[in-house]
Amino acid sequence: MATTLDHSGPPKSGFSIGKIWTDKKSRGVIIQVIAMAIFCAILFYLASNVVGNFQKLGKPFGFDFLNQPSNYDINQTLIDYNSQSSHGRAAVVGILNTLLIAFCGIILATILGFILGVLRLSPNWLVNKLAYCYIEFVRNVPVLVHILLVHGILVHSLPHPKQAISVADKFFLSNRGFTMPQPLFQPLFWLVVAAFVFGIVFAFWYRRTARIKQAATGEQSPVFWVMLASIVGLPILAYLLTGLPIEWQVPQQGKFNLKGGMAIKPEFIALWLALSLYTAAFIAEIVRAGIMAVNKGQSEAALALGLPREKTMNLVVIPQALRVIIPPLTSQYLNITKNSSLAIAIGYMDIVATIGGISLNQTGREMECMIIVLSLYLLFSLTISMIMNWYNKRIALVER
Amino acid sequence: MDTVQKYTPGEHPDLKPPIGQTGLLLWLRKNFFSSTFNVVLTLATLYFLYLIIPPLVKWLFVDSVFVADSRAHCRELGTGACWGFIGKRLGQFTYGFYPIEERWRVNLAFVLFIVATLPVLWDKMPWRRNLLWFSLAFPFLAAWLLLGGFGLEPVATDKFGGFMLTMVIGVTGIVVSLPLGILLALGRQSNLHFIRWLCTGFIEFFRGVPLITLLFVASTMLNYFLPPGSTFDLLLRVLIMVSLFSAAYLAEVVRGGLQAIPKGQHEAADAMGLKYWASMRLIVLPQALKISIPGIVNTFIGLFKDSTLVIVIGLLDPLGIGRASLSDATWQGLSTEVYVFIALFFFLCCFGMSRYSIYLENKLHTGHRN
Repeated sequence: MATTLDHSGPPKSGFSIGKIWTDKKSRGVIIQVIAMAIFCAILFYLASNVVGNFQKLGKPFGFDFLNQPSNYDINQTLIDYNSQSSHGRAAVVGILNTLLIAFCGIILATILGFILGVLRLSPNWLVNKLAYCYIEFVRNVPVLVHILLVHGILVHSLPHPKQAISVADKFFLSNRGFTMPQPLFQPLFWLVVAAFVFGIVFAFWYRRTARIKQAATGEQSPVFWVMLASIVGLPILAYLLTGLPIEWQVPQQGKFNLKGGMAIKPEFIALWLALSLYTAAFIAEIVRAGIMAVNKGQSEAALALGLPREKTMNLVVIPQALRVIIPPLTSQYLNITKNSSLAIAIGYMDIVATIGGISLNQTGREMECMIIVLSLYLLFSLTISMIMNWYNKRIALVER
Repeated sequence: MDTVQKYTPGEHPDLKPPIGQTGLLLWLRKNFFSSTFNVVLTLATLYFLYLIIPPLVKWLFVDSVFVADSRAHCRELGTGACWGFIGKRLGQFTYGFYPIEERWRVNLAFVLFIVATLPVLWDKMPWRRNLLWFSLAFPFLAAWLLLGGFGLEPVATDKFGGFMLTMVIGVTGIVVSLPLGILLALGRQSNLHFIRWLCTGFIEFFRGVPLITLLFVASTMLNYFLPPGSTFDLLLRVLIMVSLFSAAYLAEVVRGGLQAIPKGQHEAADAMGLKYWASMRLIVLPQALKISIPGIVNTFIGLFKDSTLVIVIGLLDPLGIGRASLSDATWQGLSTEVYVFIALFFFLCCFGMSRYSIYLENKLHTGHRN
């Protein structure tokens, strides 16, 4: 039967102006070219403004000011620093302080967060609700308020160094911070460090061979105990054998202040506690969600296979929960690093307070200082997220 | 046994369940005393609460002073918190240094804000459609009321402060960053390489650096990027930075929602002959936004909390006002009271927002529930 429908046929292949816009591909190209042109125009406009402003103010652009003496003091430093040191060294001190607070904060927040997350899942109503109240209260208050509150309490309600709270006359807590005995390393101490490094290397080598052995023969080795003995036991043994090569310089209570020992400033303690307590509340929710995401059938199946309870936890539940926990945990670690910049509010000298604060004000090099600070934070963030992405990929579900 | 009674089938009377298998007793036993460990946990928690709660209540309410003239006066009247300080400064905490005779404008703007948000948040509101037009007009109305001009006394933005400043930053940030964030998320998912590259770079930059450094950029460096000699308002610069910052975070949240939409939805929209924007607006975004509601509200809460950071560049939000008034010699040393009071304000706002997000999630949940 002959069709009477009037087909207009396939579109004619010919060039017309209107087609450039209706065709998906060429339209895409046009949009991108326009966007690129606008982007370049904006960049050019901003750059020409910057050049114009620098010329008008008669300012040079360059990083040579980093070599000039900084003329300011920093109250807590990890490396040698005094007011004659250069701005560049002040920046390094700031970076180290930022890394220190981020590192300590991440460790404490993770521990507290996991504990809180488990408490939040407790069948005990009281414990469960207490954890809930803590999490909700802490999460809904700005971290800056936490920092100022903890700092205020530390500075205003702790006693003067003269009446410092002391534990065994070796550890002192006062409104000048926490003072504790300072270790003085004797020459032989490097043997202990060497033993520790060797212990770690040996432990991981042992774990690998044990795994290969188990895969080949099915025989199991006491991996946990051997690892514990080599990482913890070996350094202790070395420490005892070399004749206790650490001397402790105990702080003494002077007339006005504590003398000697190692002092941790209240600013550091306040920032550390506040950041950790705040982030722990977020981590707790992440941990709870992660554990709840593991299907109950998984642990039941493992138990049915005859795995003991602890192996069910270690080999079945935790690996699956970690897969859910790791990505949001990464962003919490990044948040601690970024929130540590709030140190400036209480005077802990991190990177924003040193190079982005005092150095900026003293030299008037806003542009250079802010470029340094911004690019350093980008470096931290990208590094942490790269490491965590690598780890995440390693433990991710391998699909067919 | 002779006590056993015989019943004909169907006539057995209903017996009460044994004691401890129902009601309060069962609940108590299940939750508190199900095992030895649980008993220890319960007792330890109770002891902990005993240590914490009574002193806290004493400090907050029992021994506290609600009306006083100075810190010394406070200490004479009671050993607890000195709320009299907060009471004396409540005006500043709320309005900052906004001229006292013009404060009615802030109050009016706040009332209008509630009227404008209700139809957005509550879909059973009477005359919702008409009121939504009002919501749309509200930002301009509020700007006029707060800034003045056109018949009202102009007020400079450096007079803004206190909770009012927090509200201004929070509300502006939310209103601006949501559409911007959605656009950025779409851009990051786009097939056009340059657009995708541009959006990814923007998002990663703003998520990679702390807000505090961006605020420093806004206060110290931004003038270099403007034509020589020109300058613009510090609050406006802060608002722009805060909005861009939270737009980058929102973009990632919305991208998560977009990625959760099955490819079939896009293909079906294409098959229906919908153009890109129509398919996004009608098919993809409604589903994606629904999934990402918790994340979006979390970002809003984060933005609201982050508005406190403006103190580092000298704006006087509640924290700034608090710190300024703490340097007053008659009230020195009351930092705990000030920060607890501010914490309470933020807690109420943010907790309210998170409750609303849970309500919204439940309302929009149309799928199966397990």
